[in-house]
Amino acid sequence: MKIKKKIPLIDQHDKNGFWGGKFGGSFIPETLKKPIEDLTKEFQKLRNDKNFIKKKDFYFENYIGSPTSFVKLENLSNHLGGAQIWAKIVSEANGGAHKIYNATVHALICKAMGKKYIVGDTGAGYAGKMLSMAAKKFGLKCKIFMGAKDIKRQKPNCDAIRKNGAEIVPVYSGSQTLVDAVSECMRYWVSNCDNTHMAVGSTVGPNIFVKICGWSTSQISRELKIQILKEFKKIPKKIKLINCVGGGSSAYGFWSEFIDFDKKHIELIGVEAGGPKKSKLHAAPLSRNAKIGILHGAASYVCQNNEGQIKETESISAGLDYPGVSPIHCFLKDTKRARYTFATDEEALNAYKIVTKFEKLNPSLEPSHAFAEAIKIAPKLSKDTICIVNSCGDAKKDKYILKKRLGRYK
Amino acid sequence: MKESLINISFKKAKEEKRPALLTYTVAGDNTKKKSLEILKAISKYADICELGFPHNTPIADGGQIQTSAYRAIKNGVKINDVFSIVSKFKKIRKDKPIILMGYYNMIYQYNENKFISKCKKSKVDGLIVVDLPFPENKAFALKCKKNNINFIQLISPTTSKKRLKKIVNNSHDMIYYISMLSTTGGKLKVSSKKILKEYQKIKNQNKSKNVVIGFGITEKTIKSLKKADGLVVGSAICKEITNSLKKRQNTVTNVTNVVIRLKSKIK
Repeated sequence: MKIKKKIPLIDQHDKNGFWGGKFGGSFIPETLKKPIEDLTKEFQKLRNDKNFIKKKDFYFENYIGSPTSFVKLENLSNHLGGAQIWAKIVSEANGGAHKIYNATVHALICKAMGKKYIVGDTGAGYAGKMLSMAAKKFGLKCKIFMGAKDIKRQKPNCDAIRKNGAEIVPVYSGSQTLVDAVSECMRYWVSNCDNTHMAVGSTVGPNIFVKICGWSTSQISRELKIQILKEFKKIPKKIKLINCVGGGSSAYGFWSEFIDFDKKHIELIGVEAGGPKKSKLHAAPLSRNAKIGILHGAASYVCQNNEGQIKETESISAGLDYPGVSPIHCFLKDTKRARYTFATDEEALNAYKIVTKFEKLNPSLEPSHAFAEAIKIAPKLSKDTICIVNSCGDAKKDKYILKKRLGRYK
Repeated sequence: MKESLINISFKKAKEEKRPALLTYTVAGDNTKKKSLEILKAISKYADICELGFPHNTPIADGGQIQTSAYRAIKNGVKINDVFSIVSKFKKIRKDKPIILMGYYNMIYQYNENKFISKCKKSKVDGLIVVDLPFPENKAFALKCKKNNINFIQLISPTTSKKRLKKIVNNSHDMIYYISMLSTTGGKLKVSSKKILKEYQKIKNQNKSKNVVIGFGITEKTIKSLKKADGLVVGSAICKEITNSLKKRQNTVTNVTNVVIRLKSKIK
């Protein structure tokens, strides 16, 4: 298994849609074969269409607000000693998180295909919020599938979704979180694929959805590369790109331009959700060595039992609370290009506390997992090491959880 | 090669000038023992029994079958239990075809080869794997065929003409036509005339294949589709199990009555 250079990772799959011969694919019911084939053709056409690219770039700049800023966290760096901590504040993007890239591209594809309805899943509510925003912007009717448990814990985002005129469909089956929302959304698409477009909220699902999402979020690393060159004049010798990983859409977007570099030069570190310290449950299939399984149309490392039943996950962060992970990250793990670890709920909360104490930054619980790793490793690293954290979401949505757990918000 | 039990069952129904009745229940719903009893009782009226191995992330099943599957899993049903239900059933009714239906992850975790040999040992006649479509299923389907297990291909209203041809060519004795764009148990939203027209397209490819229609078939709708080679009823049966449990009534009797009524409508 080997990564090829100079080809985007999203395109390094075989003809059956597998990365490294075993991750990804399209395990779908017959009914979805045609809609997925149509979508695959359409996406192939659009990504090579100059007018479409122009349109996408226009909206990325004028609607999403690219580029998001790249800043040094001076106080935090001084406090930790050791490596310099930098952050790419992707949460500045319209709506407050990286999910807007994928949502905007899906809305544009939906329009190009002449479909009037768009549906999507959401965990933390960001994918849902952004899809509802994009739907509103482009005049599409929108339904968001969300686990009942997540609806409760991510109320601010739910309010935003409704305000944008989208309908939230609560999902009561299973663990009532993201995994069930994705299943229900896919079931809805099976029943309505003739007039409805489905947007999968991360780099997961059947092959084509991994590709569309990765293609959209890769904007983050394109910006970052330019910003690094501007800041340092050349790419520094020791860089660590630290990103949280749930489905893995922000991490792929953050890393895609840097995959060709040697890992000793630019290390890619993915931080999964370790769940509560004392709990056996987690949402960390990569770092806690889950077996390969098939979930939501793709083969990846999946938290499951010996029988192939998908395991319940547990994390304070709704956005990371997912038993599977992108096939692309499985590929990066097996080729050893990226290193994956996890942070517990407590470590993420603690990281939030430290970051907000020293910096004017308000990272949501998802990137707080990434900050936890940065805080852990920075003191041991040399001053010329540049740790860059993708602050991919804003904590506004977590204010009730933070108030409850820390007694304060911000 | 010996003629398959599945083929024989269709022939028998044809001789009686009616479509074959295929039932679907979830193995272990609501217990291992009860589900075997239900299977035994309804097999007197059904021509072919489909048995689902329960999965907790079913992407193509509607509410009724999900409920049955969750119930079975909660009651501790494992893949080996599914096989033991089949074995026990086959000891008493060795002429009744059993088709196992489920999602690929369970087969994948169990190991394909081990799964097939276990199917063979417990005398499973056919397999439906919902999320392993053509052509991805080619290798697995071939393995099944080599072991005298029918791999049942699915065709849906979205299947293109070109693809339909290929699927029929690669099918074994039976093909499953999905009546409409829906998960299992949806309300039949397409006219029976239109469904039968699509069905006929499959038959025109190869008359010798037994084509069944499923999804949305209930006591109300079954009669209108009786021209088909076979008709599958699943959610309506699962729903009856749920209702009987709720009312604390005998699931075996109630479900059997549903099957008797279904059968009477297509005679």
